Amino acid sequence: MQQTQYLIVGASHAALAAVQAIRMHDPVGSVTVVSKDDALPYSPTVLPYVVSGRSDPTGVFLRDDAYFSKHQVNYVKGAAVTGIAAAGKRVSLSSGEEIAYEKLLLATGAAPLLPPIPGLNAVDYHVLRSLNDAVKLRQALGEAHHAVVLGAGLVGMHAAENLSKAGAQVTVVEMQPTVLAGYFDRDAAAIIEDVFAAKGVTLKMNNKVVKLSPRNKTGAVVSLADAQQLDADLLLVSAGVAPVMDYLNGSGAKIDKGILVDDNMHTSAEDIWAAGDVAQARDFFGAGQDGAKIINGILPDAVEQGKIAGMAMAGDPALKGYPGGVPLNTYTFFGQQAISVGSQNQGVVVALEIDRVQRRYLKIVMQDNRLTGIFGINVAFDPGVMWELILRRIDLSAVREKFLADPQRTARLLMSRTWR
Amino acid sequence: MATAYNTLAFKPEHCDGCNACMTACVEVNNAGSDLLNSRIQIVADQDNAGGGFELAMCRQCGDPKCVANCPAGALGKDAEDGVIEWDGSKCVNCLLCTVGCAFGGITYNASAGHVVKCDMCGGDPACARACAAAGKTALKFITTSRIYREVGDLEDLFVPGLSGCQGCNTELIMRHTLRRVGPETVLAAPPGCIPGMGAVGYNGLTGTKVPVFHPLLTNTASMLSGIKRHYKRQGREMTAMALAGDGGASDVGFQSLSGAAERGEEILFIVVDNEGYMNTGMQRSSCTPYGAWTSTTPVGERGQGKTQDAKNMPVLMMMHNCAYVATASTGFMEDLYDKLDKAIAASKHGFAYLHIYSPCTTGWRFPSQENIEVARKAVETNFVMLWEFTPATGLQLSRSLDEALPIAEYLQVLGKYRHLSDEQVQHIEASLDRNVAFITNLTASRSSRPAHAAAGM
Repeated sequence: MQQTQYLIVGASHAALAAVQAIRMHDPVGSVTVVSKDDALPYSPTVLPYVVSGRSDPTGVFLRDDAYFSKHQVNYVKGAAVTGIAAAGKRVSLSSGEEIAYEKLLLATGAAPLLPPIPGLNAVDYHVLRSLNDAVKLRQALGEAHHAVVLGAGLVGMHAAENLSKAGAQVTVVEMQPTVLAGYFDRDAAAIIEDVFAAKGVTLKMNNKVVKLSPRNKTGAVVSLADAQQLDADLLLVSAGVAPVMDYLNGSGAKIDKGILVDDNMHTSAEDIWAAGDVAQARDFFGAGQDGAKIINGILPDAVEQGKIAGMAMAGDPALKGYPGGVPLNTYTFFGQQAISVGSQNQGVVVALEIDRVQRRYLKIVMQDNRLTGIFGINVAFDPGVMWELILRRIDLSAVREKFLADPQRTARLLMSRTWR
Repeated sequence: MATAYNTLAFKPEHCDGCNACMTACVEVNNAGSDLLNSRIQIVADQDNAGGGFELAMCRQCGDPKCVANCPAGALGKDAEDGVIEWDGSKCVNCLLCTVGCAFGGITYNASAGHVVKCDMCGGDPACARACAAAGKTALKFITTSRIYREVGDLEDLFVPGLSGCQGCNTELIMRHTLRRVGPETVLAAPPGCIPGMGAVGYNGLTGTKVPVFHPLLTNTASMLSGIKRHYKRQGREMTAMALAGDGGASDVGFQSLSGAAERGEEILFIVVDNEGYMNTGMQRSSCTPYGAWTSTTPVGERGQGKTQDAKNMPVLMMMHNCAYVATASTGFMEDLYDKLDKAIAASKHGFAYLHIYSPCTTGWRFPSQENIEVARKAVETNFVMLWEFTPATGLQLSRSLDEALPIAEYLQVLGKYRHLSDEQVQHIEASLDRNVAFITNLTASRSSRPAHAAAGM
């Protein structure tokens, strides 16, 4: 049986950040990374661009074999984890192999959530989470005339744009009243929706699919709650994701919506850490109790959590605990930029600027003169600087008016003076 | 291999907001004339009455979050030059890199239609050149990483912990020098700060990984002469090196030093000049400058610091016609390294003398974080002059003496000069002018020789 000091299950951003952090502190301890995919590491975030053709599926890899050999990392492809025997410190893989570990990181990410829609199993549909999914969807793209996208989250909206650009008539069906409800409010969403409508994409909000029936070849006949029927030759299910943790029996790690972790990304089980989309960790805006923990399923936080987990596993004394997840995202659509940093509902809205014609939007939320959220469409500001302002809880009372008038400039001044 | 990278350094206090850097950046990147397209952004702080300029640009981080945040593998840190490179053919314009950057260093540029960031112009940044061309010193391209790359993998031959005063740069001199000279060395550390910091060791254990001994102040050069001759007779290649203070060299140790230099003993003699006997309580030495407070030249009702000028030790040594004599400063490490190399080479066939000016945080009374800045100011005001000498080339300046800063900029940062009267400052200015003229005359006598300029100066 193979033995390794550090075993990392998963091979995307959290896993790779952990490998890097481990190697920063421990150049020799044996590291094994196990990927369910039969490929080099890649990011789920790049997949919409593989679908659009912007990214070559052979050129999206985040590390190459040379990296793994240089850093003495044993990279195991095409093996999903099937179980953990925490008592004996062993992980079993779909290949039948077992690996003994000293320290284990679970970075298995999330998988598409399949809504309980009658008939789903009987129809032909796409999801978009793996490179194979993306390649399949890209192949289907050219032949699609009428595509239906279930869910107006980031994956669904990216796919809708690409399908529309490829010439398909696209309908997006969403239960929420607006698109991208997690990141943008009604006004911002309206601007995004305007752009999609202008490009001929049909958005059916406050709606849901009640039934799916097979068609002759591909796709499905989609029955909506408003009694309308859509004949889709391509159906994409993008109704969100759920953490992959079906292998956890026997690990002793406590779970809620995801795997519960402390501020060092350590689970409740000895020598097992979790990071990324699978982990449920402190909410920056929450009270910090277990009940307030969140899955902050975004790439930059996966990097952050992976790094913390790697440092903790390697015993790096420079480790600083996780400050808590801050919701944030960037979204580019039809050449427009939308940026969301922080929470919509912590504090009060101190600036709001909406120009639906120019497709410009800016909203700033503060609590006790401290930034808690900033949201923009086609407005320039540095999201990384804003994130840091939020995390540091920088008191903005002295520069409040200037910040509201020119957030980018003022934040850069604060940055340069405060953390250079 | 040890890695270190060249970097851009910004000093906001030297910036006047002339925008020459931003203009140069948009020009070199063909980004039109709008300074918003500059990859270096100087942000003026209008609230700050004294000016006040801040900087938003790529820091070329060691563990870059923009790279970690890129889902498309479009960003990567070049292992060779440390620059974080952006690959337009892979970028998907998702802007997640901008979420990772807390410095405003990678931003979406509307006219380019993608993110842009500083690429250091392939190793010769136009912004730093423009700043210098505009006569400013706010933005500098620092190239000292070369030193670390060259010596970073050499063995550190001193003990891990040294008991120097906070902010002392002598540790820098000790470690770098011994690293460079290497293990085939016998080290003499006469009484002074260097043995005091632990170089000779404690309780029967030495503080170095080479043979080290603690001669008397008087006999350092004599003992080294004997040791070198012994190994030479044995046919063994080695370096006989002294790390001495200015007191040990210029006062009671001068007799043996002068003798060894005159005989042309093959010794590398390094003087770390902190202008006094600092380890024993900050007494004056013959290298202590006029007006300086020391515990034996106190400031009170009658005394106002030292009443004599400093002995010019390196010039005295030059007059011995040594194989190599040079002055150096920890404020100019590239120059120091060049001279160290030459001194090591010269010590293989004659007497090599290297005089390193080393500000003393404790004895000179200045904040411990200012040491390198003080060393730099001493040179920039011509209080300390950087030059080198060989019998063949004569004395040559390593750095121009023109356009010196006013001496007040040096004197005012040091507590030991706090009491100076106008007359005393005038005395110092007159001495300085005389010294500059003296050294300039020495170079003029050799003016037919090609001028030598040290790299990076």
